[in-house]
Amino acid sequence: MSGIITAVLLVVVISLIVGVVLAAASVLMEVPTDEKTEKIEESLPGANCGACGYSGCAGYAAALSNGEAQLGLCSLGGQEAIDAIAPIIGTQAVKSVPKTAVVHCGGNDSNTAKMAEYQGVRSCACANQLFAGLGKCLYGCIGYGDCVHVCEYGAISINDGVAQVNVEKCRACGKCVNVCPKKLIAIEPKRSHAVVKCINCDKGAQTKKSCAVGCIGCMKCDNECSLGAIRIEKFHAVIDAEKCTGCEKCVSVCPQHVIEMSR
Amino acid sequence: MSLTQLAGIFLAAILTENYILCKFFGICPFLGVSKKLDTALGMSLAVTFVMVLSTAVTWPIYTYILVPKELDYLQTLVFILVIAGLVQLVEIILKKYMPSLYNALGIYLPLITTNCAVLGVTMLVLDKGAQDPSFGYIASLVNAFGAGVGFLVAMVMFAGVRERLESCNIPESLQGLPITLVSASLVACSFLGFNGIVDGLLK
Repeated sequence: MSGIITAVLLVVVISLIVGVVLAAASVLMEVPTDEKTEKIEESLPGANCGACGYSGCAGYAAALSNGEAQLGLCSLGGQEAIDAIAPIIGTQAVKSVPKTAVVHCGGNDSNTAKMAEYQGVRSCACANQLFAGLGKCLYGCIGYGDCVHVCEYGAISINDGVAQVNVEKCRACGKCVNVCPKKLIAIEPKRSHAVVKCINCDKGAQTKKSCAVGCIGCMKCDNECSLGAIRIEKFHAVIDAEKCTGCEKCVSVCPQHVIEMSR
Repeated sequence: MSLTQLAGIFLAAILTENYILCKFFGICPFLGVSKKLDTALGMSLAVTFVMVLSTAVTWPIYTYILVPKELDYLQTLVFILVIAGLVQLVEIILKKYMPSLYNALGIYLPLITTNCAVLGVTMLVLDKGAQDPSFGYIASLVNAFGAGVGFLVAMVMFAGVRERLESCNIPESLQGLPITLVSASLVACSFLGFNGIVDGLLK
């Protein structure tokens, strides 16, 4: 019986010593931490997706509390995070516009075709090194789904050879934007606005040969738009999503049916 | 204990008694943190540090407290308690006085508080001491340091193997953990080749 009492006593004494030493150490050697940073980090979603451009939520929180970063870079936290963080750093809350990824290509299998058969690694990045993907259109979606693989939310799928974003699932983290070798994907506001589904930089006649729904740069949409949201760049129309109100005038006037509403 | 003997203990702990590849301790960090070379290095340095430190503390506790009171059956319990407390203390001290080292090792220290490789080293050196009375405190410390260096060797080697695996065309059914375990077993097999090399070296 005395054996077990010594055993229990010994463990208790050792635990006590360890506990007291640790408690004393944590009080004596306390490192002042930035309360502001901790509070901000709690308000962030903690997904560490890196969409803000900092190394995880902790990095963004530190930058916010130093005043180096701007509010509203966190696309995952959205308005909730902004409202929570604004009082902590003492600035006015800004309005967050929910965003989503948009694919700027409509060249599916029935609209355009492959120039040759590609038998290499099924990756857009690899295919792009060989004759820019071997499609008739050198600017369009290659369709091997690098964006599908990189998406952590399963928001992108390849339909008929063209990437499509599921707006409900997309968190606008921007990983697909960086991985697309054709730079076809952009992060744009989630609300309804007109999207030119083409970035072909060839002249109109050439574009028409390679794809049935290629932008030929005819400028009809530019003339129709009263808001100045459309400009023609390198033989294709570009719509400024911030200015577009979604009046759909350009959609009806486009002879190539390249312009679609985003939702 | 002569210097040659200590060198033998050190080399044996790295090669023939490698704690990961021959005794299969610490497989969890071995598979988890060996994806990149720099994290593997940081983790191994932290493990080496904690192994030596915990052996330095648990050896006297066992020899001068537990054994005289015939409480050696408590060693697992007491060792885990002491090692966990010790690592916490080290973390606090590092945070205060060596922030750069804390940033380098910081995230790995809590991970290895009760790692089985650390616990294994502290307990196995006692077994060795029981079999061979000349295997004392210094020899135990050298053994613990060697075990840490062995951990580092295994981690760094395997990080290299895994970086090569990244670019390989692996069958779908083997992707991820299965191929990692297969390659780990092959690396472990290769370590069997070191059997007897230490005795031969120091003859």
